[in-house]
Amino acid sequence: MGLLGHGLFQQDWPRAWRTTELKPQYDVVVIGAGVHGLATAYYLARNHGARQVAVLDKGYIGGGGSGRNTAIIRSNYLTPEGVRFYDRSVGLYRSLAAELNFNVMFAQRGHLTLAHNDSSLRTMRWRAEVNKLEGVQSEVISPADVKALVPQMDVSSGTRYPVLGALYHPPGGIIRHDAVNWGYARAADALGVEIHQNTEVLAISLDRGRVRGVNTSKGKVSAPVVVNCTAGWASLVAEMAGVSLPIVTHPLQAAVTEPVKMFLQAVVVSGSLHVYVSQTDRGELVFGASTDPYPSYSMRGSLEFTEELASHVLELMPGIAKLRVLRQWAGLCDITPDFSPIMGVTEVEGFLVDVGWGTYGFKAGPAAGESMAELVATGKTPELIAAFDLARFFEGRLVGERGAAAVGH
Amino acid sequence: MILIPCPYCGPRNSDEFAHWGEGGARPPVQDIGPAEWRAYLYIRRNRAGWTTETWFHRFGCARFFVAERNTVTNEVRTTRSVGSEAPPSASPEEG
Repeated sequence: MGLLGHGLFQQDWPRAWRTTELKPQYDVVVIGAGVHGLATAYYLARNHGARQVAVLDKGYIGGGGSGRNTAIIRSNYLTPEGVRFYDRSVGLYRSLAAELNFNVMFAQRGHLTLAHNDSSLRTMRWRAEVNKLEGVQSEVISPADVKALVPQMDVSSGTRYPVLGALYHPPGGIIRHDAVNWGYARAADALGVEIHQNTEVLAISLDRGRVRGVNTSKGKVSAPVVVNCTAGWASLVAEMAGVSLPIVTHPLQAAVTEPVKMFLQAVVVSGSLHVYVSQTDRGELVFGASTDPYPSYSMRGSLEFTEELASHVLELMPGIAKLRVLRQWAGLCDITPDFSPIMGVTEVEGFLVDVGWGTYGFKAGPAAGESMAELVATGKTPELIAAFDLARFFEGRLVGERGAAAVGH
Repeated sequence: MILIPCPYCGPRNSDEFAHWGEGGARPPVQDIGPAEWRAYLYIRRNRAGWTTETWFHRFGCARFFVAERNTVTNEVRTTRSVGSEAPPSASPEEG
């Protein structure tokens, strides 16, 4: 009834989160109000009773990668560590709407990764077997099965990139990413977390190898723990603490078409064609591509992206040639050498990182937030993220996810 | 599309080129430990602003060259052959 009243007159909408003055001291400062930062703060408050937590963002809630991704959720990764971690995230996403009392519109419509050549078919088989061992539903299916799931797809053998099979992952799907950000923000706020938008971290103060606080555009804040949950600016923020990261930032472009009647249930990914497609509940087709070929912090769209995207999508689904692209955008992806994220402690005591999320950060938000919160609260790195520490690059323990993360989402 | 002035071929579209990475001397392999070597392999400055980097004219003269590019605006200021001196006007590491 309240909802109806607010909706009819468009007034007196209750604030979903407070706007407060920045205090001079917190127990934990989280940099970045995207899904990772907000989830970290939320789980710190909910699971560990932390109350003095501030999330700082130079822009607005979900304005970075968390609002620019293509909202695909899946856990069909290649390494056992990766599969376990992302599966935890899918599990948290499944109950997130009930947990946050916010409709995040998670639709597990199934996820198809197409194989167009023998080597990718072999990788699909590998992924399917690793997934099954970890208890994740995943299997290699034939072109006829693909056709049954997506009747619009051209699976004939006469195409330039014929579909030889696909990795089918039924629990995969899409979600409304803004709702996830807002839901976490509202729930964290209700637990006492302060969210400070338009508050840019300019410097991180250190004292004898440990964090003392941050200098922001709105004043100084002291805190014994600072968590870097940024994407796109992870290297720059870490550099403020004197921490060097193995990250290169590439833009990734995406686009949506005008809305049409629902025809595409599954999420379709093609690594060889550098494209992934899904249809939102609103009817728009969402397309994403691989990252731009050179590193950049520019989020400008480019014509060659749209051209290449259109040609690749039409290889798969010639029937949508008349659909018009409504808009395109770009987000920043922090790519690591092994296509796995970096979570955990750094050489600076009290300065933690949850970065390097490449093209797979949004789907990881809940599990990363839960794990980072546990690390902050207990001081011990949870088993789930132990393999993803920064030290792995110096100790030769890379977690190679390229085969499951480089293009497909 | 950004234009990249190849020092050998003149301005060409960026899709003719391959980005090779940040410049930097390779450390002497015999004198360093595994951790230093891995830092050389993996750690990147990833600057926002002017950077000096190596590009490869893949679909052109197939030669490497050094470019100064602003990673925020994608403006390319100068390009030069590998090993040549930076022009005195350019200060590659600013901002």
